[in-house]
Amino acid sequence: MLRVENLTKRFSGFVAVNRISFALEQGEILGLIGPNGSGKSTTFNMIAGLLKPSEGSIRLEGREIGGLAPIEICHSGIGRTFQIPRPFKQLTILDNVVTAAFYGQRGSVSRAKALDQAEEALTLVGLPTDPQAEVASLGAAGLKKLELARAIATQPRLLLADESLGGLDETEMNAAADMLNHIRREKNITIIWVEHIMGVLMRVVDRAIVLDHGEKIFEGLPREVARDPRVIEIYLGSEKITFDEARS
Amino acid sequence: MDTRIWGGIGIAALAVVPLLGLGNYHLHLLITVLIWGFVYTSWSIMGRFGMVSLGHGAFLGVGAYVATMLWNTMGLTPWVSIPVAMLVSMAMALLVGYPCFRFRIVGHYFALVTLALGEVVRLTIVGLRDQTGGSLGMTVTGVPEGTSFLALQFGDRATFFYVALLVWLGGLVIWRLVDRSMLRYALEASSEDEDAAASVGVNVTRAKLMILMISAAMTTLGGALYAQYQMYINPETVSGIAISLQIVFAVIAGGLFTQLGPTVGAVFTLLLAETLRVTFGHDIHGLDGTIYGLLLVLFIIYMPKGITGSIMAGLSKRRRPNPAAAPAE
Ligand SMILES: Nc1ncnc2c1ncn2[C@@H]1O[C@H](COP(=O)(O)OP(=O)(O)OP(=O)(O)O)[C@@H](O)[C@H]1O
Ligand SMILES: [Mg+2]
Repeated sequence: MLRVENLTKRFSGFVAVNRISFALEQGEILGLIGPNGSGKSTTFNMIAGLLKPSEGSIRLEGREIGGLAPIEICHSGIGRTFQIPRPFKQLTILDNVVTAAFYGQRGSVSRAKALDQAEEALTLVGLPTDPQAEVASLGAAGLKKLELARAIATQPRLLLADESLGGLDETEMNAAADMLNHIRREKNITIIWVEHIMGVLMRVVDRAIVLDHGEKIFEGLPREVARDPRVIEIYLGSEKITFDEARS
Repeated sequence: MDTRIWGGIGIAALAVVPLLGLGNYHLHLLITVLIWGFVYTSWSIMGRFGMVSLGHGAFLGVGAYVATMLWNTMGLTPWVSIPVAMLVSMAMALLVGYPCFRFRIVGHYFALVTLALGEVVRLTIVGLRDQTGGSLGMTVTGVPEGTSFLALQFGDRATFFYVALLVWLGGLVIWRLVDRSMLRYALEASSEDEDAAASVGVNVTRAKLMILMISAAMTTLGGALYAQYQMYINPETVSGIAISLQIVFAVIAGGLFTQLGPTVGAVFTLLLAETLRVTFGHDIHGLDGTIYGLLLVLFIIYMPKGITGSIMAGLSKRRRPNPAAAPAE
């Protein structure tokens, strides 16, 4: 459904993403992994329209979408989360998501429908649908869930989830993996899930891509990732990788 | 308590005011509060979303001058010329707003652009001396009989009070409609984070243009109403920096985020101006501006929610004796 070819981003000479190509099948979960600064968020931002690609093409179901504005990307069925949550603090939790449901879909949606869809999205990520609940009441994990709920409420066919937060413990990682699976099952959407580390999430992704210094150094099944010599090399000495979990 | 009941009681109380046999002076003060309360509400309708305009005098000036000039030269009834003036203002808002919002001119830069707009309108009025009377101002040609519905002139203050009351109420209704609309969501989102708003499909430029045009049209009506009431306008009182800043001051003093805040601001500025006038007379020019400026700084520092915001915060604190501690950042 999504085909990325030779995607490149240069920031005044510095190449953040270098000619990466990959394709996504309908209903798939793709894990996009790589150490800090390897170009994961930059790739997302190009797909989501926040950054214009320097080169390359992005096609969604055959249609070129590279360089379109974020609104158009959103309306063509791609939802995204931000790595560092960017909630609308003046609005309640529910209204954050209602806004996304109301404005995020192609064609107009009634307010009542937007409210239904917002409640559904909040329930899916496990946040309260209480209309009074304020964003200020959320902790770091809650804010990440709100990001997800907002993206899901736009009813995307493709979800770009930039979840590389780090600092998640084992239980939280497991919960995140379960949620991911749940979302895919419930909404039948295709997902690209960004992570620093392989960890538990490798359990649920169908395929993984590893980036390093803006280049794709690996693409394959999750169980192959941890055995790849190049991947081992970039993560060598890094405690972030947990091969055991990736093997299962 | 149901705010609707209080609203009904409030409106009924206001409606009988002219029957109380108030003197002309007090009726004049009330009408002034209503007109300016409406103008301030018009500003706050967009100001509350962080779109701080320092140039609303431009729209006020267009309202006052377009309506007056069309009436004086062509005898065009204000019922037609006011909508014309509103369209002129909305076109102006579009012309200035579109590039601003498209290229993300926000905050101080947006304020500076609007500041310039206000000055351009003032200088235009001064420059078109032959048509506008320049800095001497111009008088609205009165109808011989003193009162004419068609000319929107009412010799009788009480009648004008009702006109002003209706317009002011209309302003509050629009405030409430915006407050309950999805446009508010779009604007709250945009004022927080334009990229995040766009990423969930909000058309930031369009949302901002809409609220700017609503605000501009309302302010224009306020300017025209002011002209019809005073029957005399000059560039200083209806356009330019001084009046634009007074609008900002009044709204911030009264309360930017509540429906009645701007009206409280109108009461406050009027009382202040009257006190200064009575105490110092007309001799000390510019003193009021200085005092406004000083107070504005004090308000921004010590009472950022304005008078109404602070009172409401105080009330809710008293209702809940042990307010939950502010959530940690
Ligand atoms: N707007 C920008 N201007 C200049 N350089 C940038 C910009 N955005 C990102 N970069 C650089 O591009 C590289 C890739 O950044 P990116 O945010 O895509 O990495 P990432 O893989 O998401 O890392 P992390 O895991 O830390 O989130 C980094 O070296 C970063 O400093
Ligand atoms: Mg990143």
